[in-house]
Amino acid sequence: MSLLNLQLKVWRQNQGQPGHFQDIQAREIPDHASFLEMMDIVNERLIQDGGDPVAFDHDCREGICGMCSMTINGIAHGPEKATTTCQLHMRKFRDGDTIWVEPFRAKAFPVVKDLMVNRSAFDRIQQAGGFVTVRTGAAPDANSILVGKEVADAAMDAAACIGCGACVASCKNASAMLFVSAKAGQLNSLPQGQPEKDRRTLGMVRQMDKEGFGNCTNQYECEAACPKEISVRWITKLNRDYALAAAKEAFVGVQEHAEGGD
Amino acid sequence: MSLDSKTPSGPMALRWSKHKQDSKLINPKNKRKYTVIVVGSGLAGSSAAATLSELGYKVKCFCFQDSPRRAHSIAAQGGINAAKNYQNDGDSVHRLFYDTVKGGDFRARESNVHRLAEESVNIIDQCAAQGVPFAREYGGGLANRSFGGAQVSRTFYARGQTGQQLLLGAYSALNKEVARGGVEMHTRSEMLEVVVVDGHAKGIITRDLMTGKIEAHAADTVLLCTGGYGNVFYLSTNAMGCNVTATWRAHRKGAYFANPCYTQIHPTCIPVSGDYQSKLTLMSESLRNDGRIWVPKNKADIGKPASQIPEADRDYFLERKYPSFGNLAPRDISSRAAKEACDAGLGVGPGGRGVYLDFAEAIGQFGQKTIAERYGNLFEMYEKITGESGYKQPMRIYPAVHYTMGGLWVDYNLMSSLPGLHVLGEANFSDHGANRLGASALMQGLADGYFVIPTTIAPYLVTQTPGNVTTSHPEFTKALEDAQGRTNKFLNIKGKRSVDSFHRELGLMVWDK
Amino acid sequence: MARDKAGLTEALKRIPELREEFWSNVKVPGSGAAANPELEKAGRVADFMEFAELLCHDALDREESCGGHFRTEHQYDDGEAKRDDENYCYAAAWEHTGDLSKPKLNKEQLTFEEVHLSVRSYK
Ligand SMILES: Cc1cc2nc3c(=O)[nH]c(=O)nc-3n(C[C@H](O)[C@H](O)[C@H](O)COP(=O)(O)OP(=O)(O)OC[C@H]3O[C@@H](n4cnc5c(N)ncnc54)[C@H](O)[C@@H]3O)c2cc1C
Ligand code: SF4
Ligand code: FES
Repeated sequence: MSLLNLQLKVWRQNQGQPGHFQDIQAREIPDHASFLEMMDIVNERLIQDGGDPVAFDHDCREGICGMCSMTINGIAHGPEKATTTCQLHMRKFRDGDTIWVEPFRAKAFPVVKDLMVNRSAFDRIQQAGGFVTVRTGAAPDANSILVGKEVADAAMDAAACIGCGACVASCKNASAMLFVSAKAGQLNSLPQGQPEKDRRTLGMVRQMDKEGFGNCTNQYECEAACPKEISVRWITKLNRDYALAAAKEAFVGVQEHAEGGD
Repeated sequence: MSLDSKTPSGPMALRWSKHKQDSKLINPKNKRKYTVIVVGSGLAGSSAAATLSELGYKVKCFCFQDSPRRAHSIAAQGGINAAKNYQNDGDSVHRLFYDTVKGGDFRARESNVHRLAEESVNIIDQCAAQGVPFAREYGGGLANRSFGGAQVSRTFYARGQTGQQLLLGAYSALNKEVARGGVEMHTRSEMLEVVVVDGHAKGIITRDLMTGKIEAHAADTVLLCTGGYGNVFYLSTNAMGCNVTATWRAHRKGAYFANPCYTQIHPTCIPVSGDYQSKLTLMSESLRNDGRIWVPKNKADIGKPASQIPEADRDYFLERKYPSFGNLAPRDISSRAAKEACDAGLGVGPGGRGVYLDFAEAIGQFGQKTIAERYGNLFEMYEKITGESGYKQPMRIYPAVHYTMGGLWVDYNLMSSLPGLHVLGEANFSDHGANRLGASALMQGLADGYFVIPTTIAPYLVTQTPGNVTTSHPEFTKALEDAQGRTNKFLNIKGKRSVDSFHRELGLMVWDK
Repeated sequence: MARDKAGLTEALKRIPELREEFWSNVKVPGSGAAANPELEKAGRVADFMEFAELLCHDALDREESCGGHFRTEHQYDDGEAKRDDENYCYAAAWEHTGDLSKPKLNKEQLTFEEVHLSVRSYK
């Protein structure tokens, strides 16, 4: 194991105020440590020295919860392919490196503090149709609806999305199309998701627009940054599903989701 | 004092149906007058919140992450058990019940376990209908794998991300209800206190983690679905935020804490590599289906590359000691056997704290492609953390704290000894006795939330006048002041040591002693 | 993974000391009126400090080995866990008394009607 000395340039910002980069020395960092463990060491020292530790989001630290979210050297989740910030290890850096650390930037993701952003827009998009309406207890036997292995595998590819928002942060338009297409695509491709397909597609896409995410102009930076390697083919599928649903809506009308009441 | 578990009587197999029939119902008009607080949005919390809202109750749900979908359940990898017997290998509700009671070393409540086994089959139906992409066979039916402690194949899975997919299913049900207006969701809200009025749990105090605002919320009953306390050991496979605060605060207000010493040590984790380490990473025990666990027989071989240790000089200690279960012996047994080997000086890797998990034979038999299909994401995870490839050399594993069987004591209705306070999922003590079998926690969380509490909440609620306690009650004012006071106290100590340094020291103390 | 009386007694002595030091020497920077991850951690660790003591009381009280609980004093010659159904076939439900060093034990006696008590064997 060897030790690294690094020069960090870290984004500091309080809610509603302008932010700035701060220079922080990260000395004697074990190369076996993860990126977040490096940040822990830095914070521990900042606290000792009477400074203000850097706030960042994290929880599982194993690449599945989607909580961690840092733009490292200009790349959402850093330089490693198919890797979240928490899974990035310091052995990928070299002694003496300068590392720029920023939040996931997007108009729809306001900064909470330092590297923490508010991604609740993603929840609202899901609420606008990212589900199958089935009451608890009203489901048929699981094997009564057969799903071909290829279909199930493809749905699982889309379902692997961890909702981190790296796709948004890496897109120059801050578009959320990769995320939305993965979420809608999973359900739209399974038999269980067919009855509500049109309503789901229209609802989620419209909510996405409402939240202030930009338009997709097919740059595909999102696919490169996505830690779960979600394919841009899902965007193509969503565009198709949307065109179809919008056409149907124009001609026959698509029922909105029923609201409230019992 | 001896406790009344309110377990129904009569033949075991009929108890739950009988209890459901005997339980009071609340008519739909009245249901919407009741407010239910659900703390936690993991499998237990999301499924409970969604289902209670479907039934017509007003639900307020809380979690400390920025989205309910990020609850720790998301990290579960291996699978979920259900007595479907789709494999036609002799499984049944009774067998799952039997395996779970025995797996728990006879320290669980039989009636609860039977109910769990009965509901297991409904969970799979529910999740499949939500669009959970379970693994399938070519014919389109659901696939299964085997897990420790069972001789049948009853574990359903979605690649190596079963918890994620089940949670996203429950989260989608929750979203459906948020959209309908039945659930009010509070993210980045941490519960600091439960509020007790005239001996009943009637609300909570929370802190908004974005603004720092401390707030009071009143309800007719409170459900804690806040997960386990594994992080008392500092290093564990739990997410960093997992904590005991909700259950401990409730304990201080009158809820009994049951069997806190029952913690589960999981055998297949990636060993510790240094003292900066913040958490341990689990690799699903499904790896034990194809991986063989061994250490060198001779101390002289320690430090040699695994490939240079001949077959005859390897000790496949689980296969040797437990011939009928072999590498699939239950977790507690496998963990202890690994520790014994290391204590005897036969451990491998840094500090001798590791044993080999070897796929060479399986790769020889099925090919690397098949093994990659089965466990690809786990091999990748291992390589990211250790910088080594599990295809080329055996993985190194070591046991780590993983799950807590102990939790708040609850009766058959999932109500704690504090009236009005219900506890679901890992936070309660109920179904796993002294040891949990693999793939049974997801099953319990979802059984509690989707199928048990929707029935068992009514017997309590019918005894309460809805909405008769509000946050203007003096107990709320006092609880608010207490929570604010505690927060100020932390900030005003202005001592010398960081919180983490205390946590680390505490963890070592409880782990070593 | 394995505990004994001496270790647990020692832990029960040291945990309250550490807790005391925590409450007089912890450093939580920042303010309560904004996002403050250190403050969140402080609250959680303060509760772990109290809870850890209960965990050790429970482990000390349970003079048997069962499932995930292994007391080195209670094992068979071949190292397998030795359960004591005569005396410990109960769920230990601890009650808070206001004094963390003296939690009160309530018992829920467990009965096995369908699956008969037997030594767990996976041999
Ligand atoms: C790495 C790993 C792999 C696993 N794999 C499997 C597996 O394959 N099969 C299996 O059956 N089990 C598995 N388990 C166990 C299983 O995942 C958990 O036991 C289960 O998911 C717990 O669910 P839960 O709903 O009870 O709690 P959690 O999912 O832990 O949810 C807790 C919720 O409570 C909230 N919360 C907690 N405290 C507060 C507070 N004070 N205020 C507000 N909100 C709060 C959190 O925000 C969260 O929403 C695994 C566990 C781990 C660690
Ligand atoms: S599509 Fe990829 S980058 Fe976007 S939220 Fe999902 S996992 Fe993250
Ligand atoms: S912390 Fe969970 S994905 Fe990184």
